[in-house]
Amino acid sequence: MNAQRLIAYLPPAAILALPFFMPNYYQHLAVQIVIWSLVYTSWSLMGRFRLTSLGHGAFLGVGAYVPTLLWNNWSVSPWLGIPVAMALAVTLALVVGYPCFRLKVVGHYFALVTLALGQVVLLVIVAARDVTGGSLGMTPRIVGHSWYALQLPDKSEFYAVALAAWLIGIAVWFRVDRGMERAALEAIGEDEDAAAAIGIDVLREKLKITALSTALTALGGALYAQYLMYLNPDIMSGVGVSFQIVFASIAGGMYSALGPTVGAAFTIGLNEGLRVLFGTHFIGAANTIYGALLVVFIIFMPRGIVGLFETLRTRTRTPPPSGAPDTQPAE
Amino acid sequence: MDIYLLEAIINGLLLGGVLALLSLGLNLIFGVIDVVWIVYAEIVMSAMYAVYWLHNYYGWPLFLAFAAAIMIAALIGVLVHVLVIEPILGSAPINQLLATGGLLFFLQSLATLLFGTEFRNLGVRLPVLELAGLYISFSRLIAFVVALIGAVILYLFLARTYLGTAIRAISQDREIMGLMGVNERSVYVITSAIGGGLAGLAACLLVLQYDVHPFIGLTFGPITFMICVLGGLGNMIGGFIAAFIMSQIIAIGGFFFSAEIAEVLAFVFFIVMILIRPQGILGKK
Repeated sequence: MNAQRLIAYLPPAAILALPFFMPNYYQHLAVQIVIWSLVYTSWSLMGRFRLTSLGHGAFLGVGAYVPTLLWNNWSVSPWLGIPVAMALAVTLALVVGYPCFRLKVVGHYFALVTLALGQVVLLVIVAARDVTGGSLGMTPRIVGHSWYALQLPDKSEFYAVALAAWLIGIAVWFRVDRGMERAALEAIGEDEDAAAAIGIDVLREKLKITALSTALTALGGALYAQYLMYLNPDIMSGVGVSFQIVFASIAGGMYSALGPTVGAAFTIGLNEGLRVLFGTHFIGAANTIYGALLVVFIIFMPRGIVGLFETLRTRTRTPPPSGAPDTQPAE
Repeated sequence: MDIYLLEAIINGLLLGGVLALLSLGLNLIFGVIDVVWIVYAEIVMSAMYAVYWLHNYYGWPLFLAFAAAIMIAALIGVLVHVLVIEPILGSAPINQLLATGGLLFFLQSLATLLFGTEFRNLGVRLPVLELAGLYISFSRLIAFVVALIGAVILYLFLARTYLGTAIRAISQDREIMGLMGVNERSVYVITSAIGGGLAGLAACLLVLQYDVHPFIGLTFGPITFMICVLGGLGNMIGGFIAAFIMSQIIAIGGFFFSAEIAEVLAFVFFIVMILIRPQGILGKK
C-alpha cells in the first residue's frame, strides 16, 4: 500500500474513530447507527439483486433472542450463542429459501413469502411467552461489566465491538461486489432463465447470498439486544422492523457499499434531530417526512442518497455529450 | 360436537366475512393494475379514523360518516394511483410495492402525528346474539353479510357492465387494450377509486369491532395480502374461499392451541401453498 492510498484512508478512519472521543449521547447514537448499518448492509446484499425480503425481522429476531435465551437458561456465553443464532437464522432462511428458489418464487411473491416468514417468527416469540416474556419482552441476566457475557455498559467499548461487526459486513459487501457472484446474481436478477442458460447455477448463487445476508442480520440483531439489554418482539422482529430495514436501505442506496450506512445515519439522525427540535410535541413528525421522502426516492432516485451523489459526481467529472447515458438501473 | 368448537367454527366463518371484505378491494387492484398496495391496510386505517372523527367529534350520524369515509378512502385510492403508481407503472412490480410501502410509513406516521397513539373506540356497541346457546357477534354478522353483498355487486359490475368488461380486459392484456380504444388511464383511476372505496367499506365494519390506532394496519395487513395471493391474484371467488380457509385455520387453531399459534399455522399454510400452487387455489397457470 503506497502513501497516497494510506492518506486516502485517513479521513474515513478519523470519522469512525470520532465517537470514541464524544459525549455519551453521541456515542449512543453512533452505536445504534453502526449496528443498524450492519443490518441494512446485510439486507442490501440480497436487495440489490432483486431478492426483496420483507421478512428480515425474522432473522433479526432469531439473532436477538437465541443468544439471550442461551445465556439466561444455560449461561452460555454470547460469544458462542451468537454463532449458534447465526447458524439457526441461516438454517431458517435456507429451509424457506430453497423451495422458493427452486420453484422460482420471485418478485412480489417472494416479498410476500418473506413477509409471512417475518410474521411467523414474531408470533412464535410472542406465543412462547413462558420463555421469551412474550410482548412484555425480556432482559439478559445482568452481570455488570463483562466481556465474557458481552455486557459492556461502557459505550465506547461497545462501539468498538459494533464497529468491528460493521467492518465485517462492509468487507463481505466488497467481497461480493468484486467477485464473480455479483455478475452472476445481476444476471439472475435480470432474467433467471437466461442466466441458467449461460451456465449460472441460479439456485446455488441465490442460496449463498441469502445465507450471507441472513447470518449478518442475525449478528446485528444479537448486538442490538446485547446493547439495549432489553428484548421485545416489536423492536426485534415483526413487520415494522422488516419494513424499516427495507426502506432505510433503499433511502441510503442499496447499490453502494456505504449506501445502507448512510441510510442508517440519515434515518436515525432525522429522528433524533426532529425529536430534539420539537421535543415530544410532534411524535411521528420524523417518520411522516421520512415516509414522504421514501416515496420520492423510490420513484425518482431508486439508487438512494448515495446514488444521487454518485450520479452528480460522474456528471461533473465527465460532462456527457449529447444523449447522456442513463445511470439509473434499467427496469 | 363440542359446542365451543362449533362456536369457534361459526366465529371463524364470520371472521372470514371480514377478511373477505378486506381482501376484495386489494384483489381488484392486484388483478387489474398488477400492483401490490402494501399501503392498503393503512387506507382502511385512515377511513376508520374518518368515521371516528366525523361521528364522535363532529356528531355526524353514523351512516353519513360511513358514506363520507368511503368517499375519502376512494379519493385516497385515486391519489395513490395518480401520485405514486402512475410515474412508475412501467418499472418492476417490486418497485411499485416498495413505493406504496413508503406511503404506508407516511400514513401511519401522519396518523400518529395528528391523532396520537391512543386507542380510540367508536363507542357504538352492537349486541351479541344468542342462538341456541351459541354466542355470535352481531357486528361480525353484519360484516359477513356486507362482504357477501359487496362481492356479488362487484362481480355483477365486472361481468355485466361495459366498464367492468374494460377492467377485466385490461387485466388480461395491458398493451392491447390501448389499441382497442380503451383509455387505460381512466380505467386504472376508476379501478383505484373502487379499490379505495372497498377499503373504506371494510373500515366502516371494522370500526364497529376494533379500536382505531395508527398501527392497526400492521395487524391485519399481512393476512389480507396472503389471502389475495392464496386465492389467485385478481380472482374474486378464489379470494373469498381463501379468506374462509384462513379464518377457519385461525379460529380452529385458536380453539385447540393459542391465538398466536393459530396465526402461525395460517402463515405457514400460506408459505406452503404458495410453493405448491403459486397461481392460487383457483388461479390458472
